[in-house]
Amino acid sequence: MSSNTTDNTGYKSYLEEDGGRKGIFKWILSTDHKRIGLLYLYAMMGWFCIGVVLGLLMKLELIAPGKTLMEAQAYNATFTVHGVIMIFLIVIPGLPAVFGNFMLPIQIGAKDVAFPRLNLFSWYIYILGGILVIISLFGNGPPDTGWTFYAPYSFKTGTNMLPAALGAFVLGFSSILTGLNFIVTIHRMRAPGMTWFKMPLFTWTLYGTAWIQLLATPIIGITLLMVAGERILGIGFFDPAKGGDPLLYQHLFWIYSHPAVYIMILPAMGVISEIIPTFAKKTIFGYKAIVLSTLAIAFVGYFVWGHHMYTSGMSGTALWAFSLLTFIVAIPSAIKVFNWISTMHKGSISTEVPFLWAASFIFIFMIGGLTGLVLGSLATNVHVHDTAFVVAHFHFIVFGGVGFAFFGAIHYWFPKMFGRKYDPSWARTGWITFFIGFVTLYGPMFYLGVKGMPRRYYDYLDEFHGPNIISTMGALIMVTGFLIILVNLIKSARHGEKTTEMNPWGGTNLEWQVPTPPPLENFDEIPVIDKAPYKYD
Amino acid sequence: MSDTTHHIVPYRTYALILLLLLVLTGASVAVTQIELTRWATVVALLIASTKSGIVLAIFMHLKFDQPVYRVMTISVVLLLIVVIVFTFFDYGFR
Amino acid sequence: MTETIAHHDEHRDDEASKLGIWLFIFTELLLFGGLFVTYAVYRHAHPQAFHMAAQQLDVVIGTINTVILLISSMTIAMATTAIQKKDKRTTLILIVITLVLALVFLINKYFEWGAKIDHGIYPGSPLLEELGSGDTLFFGLYFFMTGLHALHIIIGMVLIAVILVRVRKGKITFDNFQLLENGGLYWHLVDLIWIFLFPLLYLIT
Repeated sequence: MSSNTTDNTGYKSYLEEDGGRKGIFKWILSTDHKRIGLLYLYAMMGWFCIGVVLGLLMKLELIAPGKTLMEAQAYNATFTVHGVIMIFLIVIPGLPAVFGNFMLPIQIGAKDVAFPRLNLFSWYIYILGGILVIISLFGNGPPDTGWTFYAPYSFKTGTNMLPAALGAFVLGFSSILTGLNFIVTIHRMRAPGMTWFKMPLFTWTLYGTAWIQLLATPIIGITLLMVAGERILGIGFFDPAKGGDPLLYQHLFWIYSHPAVYIMILPAMGVISEIIPTFAKKTIFGYKAIVLSTLAIAFVGYFVWGHHMYTSGMSGTALWAFSLLTFIVAIPSAIKVFNWISTMHKGSISTEVPFLWAASFIFIFMIGGLTGLVLGSLATNVHVHDTAFVVAHFHFIVFGGVGFAFFGAIHYWFPKMFGRKYDPSWARTGWITFFIGFVTLYGPMFYLGVKGMPRRYYDYLDEFHGPNIISTMGALIMVTGFLIILVNLIKSARHGEKTTEMNPWGGTNLEWQVPTPPPLENFDEIPVIDKAPYKYD
Repeated sequence: MSDTTHHIVPYRTYALILLLLLVLTGASVAVTQIELTRWATVVALLIASTKSGIVLAIFMHLKFDQPVYRVMTISVVLLLIVVIVFTFFDYGFR
Repeated sequence: MTETIAHHDEHRDDEASKLGIWLFIFTELLLFGGLFVTYAVYRHAHPQAFHMAAQQLDVVIGTINTVILLISSMTIAMATTAIQKKDKRTTLILIVITLVLALVFLINKYFEWGAKIDHGIYPGSPLLEELGSGDTLFFGLYFFMTGLHALHIIIGMVLIAVILVRVRKGKITFDNFQLLENGGLYWHLVDLIWIFLFPLLYLIT
């Protein structure tokens, strides 16, 4: 490639360097990791809007007891499709596919990922998975099993469950290939001097995540294939009538899907570990503790799947073993929170927009984490199992965790990615509206759950009416906040003030030492790293 | 450019390893044809594990490669074993 | 490593592609791992039925197929040695032998499956329903596991066929043979899986 010889003044950014292709082909044929990251971003933005609309429809249905908007069957389909889209198409690929792709090679001083073409291929598989999910909406009607596809209902339902499950299977493949690519990239392509313990924390969390993607995803792959075999051939693996055990499905499903929660949350923690030191202007407290807790979460997180099944009739031995491990996995998560707080302590904090997202992340994540302990302990779990409490808990973790980190990440890296500035006052307004809406939406659901309102019903008893109204109001506020954020970002990406400032926030990692926006292969000269990360002199 | 010098494994080694694998296969067939009930299961699985260890070490070059591959392979196998053990926390105690 | 950086346009990193194929092998192990978990659970639940059902499988065909796969594993491993010794002819011969053995494996499998299906034993068959849950699950697993394994054999054959063409065209040479080695690693994985499927399905009776 002749374009290697650029200098910093007259260089061509990756956004200008289109490889001589035209129109949309500049994007969908490009193997540049930054363009692929943006491809994921745009696809996910579309999916997220659909998911939000479905979520809003559910909340509107629940504004009053009885039928308000839709029948029970439509409600079942709505929460299923909402879950499938949000889980498989957004939060699982989310941070690694978008920001991991964009930032990982830059953070370790590489020109691209190890296998650029495989990387683009992963995106195509991702799109194929999305198409399968769309196909499931037609024909016999959208799936109504819930995103968990629990057997035996998943092979008995007359709805279009198969394409959705195959979609999840295909999306898993995309996830595996991305993880594989990242591990090889991190092992092989670190710049000279970038030892393991000089790696940025976001990269570290991507490394832990990649291993889970690689080793957990195949299990759901084979499980969904078995369900497909059940539906098409009637093999009998999970069919009690033929001697199969539906509980085994739950085991296999959660052997993947619990680690999947860590696929979601680990990179989110990585993003927060990037933002906090930058805006506190202080070296991160306990770098190694964060690294080790990341690996500990990745490892122990693999063995807590049973806590989704406390009321399923598992053996007592399994109950206490999984409960014990669940409590253990809380420790490394808490270590991280203490690290972040200690980093902020006596720092010179500037409350820019990314910092606001990071700080609110910690708040939300703590509520989500602590309510997780309520669910993780055996006795209290029986009371709140399958109630709105669970829904509130995992939205605090998954949406509050990944969502807040995602918004934090995009506000943090936006100038670098697009070479433009966003309007900070609108971004602030969006954040506060979103935050208030979020807490108002999911807060009452804790109360409702404790009071006994079950999840996944389109109807409820009159006594639950009050908190449900508050919750729906919260949903409307939150969606308003989301729209403010979205419009602000889209407008800024198109027409925002151009910037070439390399390091607008005063960050210390390599991504702040390349031009804004970065050139095609990031670095003219591969940098040599000689100091520890997050050092402020 | 690879930064490891490739170890050339002689044909002889491969042939001897194949011979060993065939003997082990014969042994596991023989053992399971005699009615040893539970012990036959254990022995057959032990032989299978030995065979796969040999395939991994010689045919798949783990013995000659950088240690990182060994560490990874062993970790993955252990992970799978622990998953099975944990599943039996349920099924073994129902 | 420093060498890699000195050559900007040298994008080849053999070690990276080897690591890549190993990681892929790990995902495959876990993919079959899910089935091994299922097998363990149902065998635990129906020891007697699994015992009886396994006796209906043909140990002779199973053993022959095991031997075939082991030999093919050796030939593909030897192919790497041959190319390192710059012996293109032997490399090609060894690869072709591997492919032929893989084909024989599939043909055996075809007849084995065919015989079972002729006897009315196939997933969801009325006969299995009559025989009860243990047999249903055993043969369900038998068809599912060996079917998935056969699929991997086919994928491996395609991969090895590609390698064959590339060796012929001189694109895989004594100093650029990582693809051959990777194809070999994948083929050994297929062998590894079979090393466990064989005793679990055919022998443990």
